[in-house]
Amino acid sequence: MTYTNQRLAYGNTLVALGKENDRIVVLDADLAASTMGKLFEAAFPERHFEMGIAEANMTSTAAGLAQMGFIPFTNSFAVFAAGRSYDQIRQTIAIGCLNVKICGSSAGLSDFGDGSTHQAVEDIAIMRAIPNMTVVCPADAIETEKITRAIASVQGPCYIRICRNDMENITSEDDPFVLGKPSLLKDGSDYVIFATGVMCSVALKAAESIKNHSVRVVNVSTIKPLDRAAVIEFARDMKGVVCAEEHSIIGGLGSAIAEALRRECKPIEFVGIEDKFGCSGHNYPELLAHYGLTEEHIIEAIESFERI
Amino acid sequence: MDRNELISMLETKAKKLRRGVIVSIGVGLAGHVGGSCSSADIVSALYFYKMHYDPKNPKMKDRDRFLLSKGHVAILQYTALAEAGFFPYEELAHTKEIGSMLQGHPDVQKTPGIEAGTGSLGQGLSIALGMSLGMKLDRIENRKVYVLIGDGELDEGQNWEAAMACAAHKADNLCAIVDRNRLQATGKIVERFPIEPIDKKFEAFGWNVIEIDGHNMGEIIDALDKSDSVKDKPTVIIANTIKGKGISFAENVVSFHNGILSEEQYQQALKELS
Repeated sequence: MTYTNQRLAYGNTLVALGKENDRIVVLDADLAASTMGKLFEAAFPERHFEMGIAEANMTSTAAGLAQMGFIPFTNSFAVFAAGRSYDQIRQTIAIGCLNVKICGSSAGLSDFGDGSTHQAVEDIAIMRAIPNMTVVCPADAIETEKITRAIASVQGPCYIRICRNDMENITSEDDPFVLGKPSLLKDGSDYVIFATGVMCSVALKAAESIKNHSVRVVNVSTIKPLDRAAVIEFARDMKGVVCAEEHSIIGGLGSAIAEALRRECKPIEFVGIEDKFGCSGHNYPELLAHYGLTEEHIIEAIESFERI
Repeated sequence: MDRNELISMLETKAKKLRRGVIVSIGVGLAGHVGGSCSSADIVSALYFYKMHYDPKNPKMKDRDRFLLSKGHVAILQYTALAEAGFFPYEELAHTKEIGSMLQGHPDVQKTPGIEAGTGSLGQGLSIALGMSLGMKLDRIENRKVYVLIGDGELDEGQNWEAAMACAAHKADNLCAIVDRNRLQATGKIVERFPIEPIDKKFEAFGWNVIEIDGHNMGEIIDALDKSDSVKDKPTVIIANTIKGKGISFAENVVSFHNGILSEEQYQQALKELS
């Protein structure tokens, strides 16, 4: 079945994985109905643990389960998964390189109504800075399924960041997926946009509608480890580089791309959230626009290179 | 071995552990003397009486697990692991050296016999719960998870999240031991940040509570054995101890939480522990 919501794709993939592998276990912190951990709970009640509204304890408990040879997935909103549980992730899971998969659900601005307290705009930066951590951010629901499977099959800690809202699929079931490899969504010869998550579809629209320039779009769904050689190759012969992410411009995809291109002398623009917290909005598109995460903002970033 | 012989053997081991701690710390370098010495009898009883493990096969599935939530006394656990045969005694002399397998806090990747990284206080009980749930899923019976927690460490709120969760998940294969030496890094707990009544708190959270003298070997082994027959709830053993126990000048002295021994103190400590 093809989903158009990353949470549904994630939850159903957990169930599929649970059928294939009895070492998969899932932990939730009173948000199973939202993270879709409830699907796993219904299918495998013995292997689903309700940990109460206590994310720190949930995360360390997952570490203990990993040390018993299980593959635990912990689910919460990204603000809590990456923020409230930071120390537990760092101290036991990451230093020990334990096989725990952390799902930051309702990431970015996607929990539009709840405001800044519930909108993770810095989770990629936090998770990316932790040694041993893999950080992934799927472009759509189809890729969510592939990424969830991929992180279950690799040893070590992984952070997966997914969106709350329905979104269009821009990848297809048949596209090959390799964890760690950026993938080309559209080729072009003047500029390249590196995008992650929901901003991949926004970048594609921008690249298709921009006049006078040929724009390449690359989906960077594995933010860490970043394939530096591939990033350099995608940026080669380009006049400029745009990074697009639903995250602070500090420490996220843009920073990772800038680090990768540090010897390439390319102008780089960042389309992201300018060192600000989120706020409440009535709907998701309205909020994305408010924070400058639209097709127009990406086009403007490209046009700005022409004025240099 | 009859009971008296067992107790005598465990007391001798505990003294050896304290001695190993002093030798590991050495002269002129800071080390956690106080909390190591308060926990030494408990750790002796666990490693040399209660727990089932194979030092030649540290990952053996059918083993009891021990977590040192008060990870700052890693040197005590290292001494116990060396004494149990997980690695040669000589390694202790390299504690905290760059590249050493013996880090300042337990490191699961570096040291055989360490079950998880701890030391950011208040997290061991949660990790123990994960192991307890894993044992139940794997239908491993007659094995347990032991976790040693400092009383000062109970300030950390995560302990109480875990205390609720352990009871909610009926973790009767989990036994926590609180080393209640009544001192934290900056002074007496009762003056710095009162946490009593520990027993009533755990009772209220749904635990089986046993209180003992943490330096009375007979009481320690009886409490550990009693916890085996408790069903559907976790057990906490509140062990009343003396920080720095066994070294006269360090007993109940706050500065030996992470103290530096002079040459004279070093020699005196070894003499008292001989």
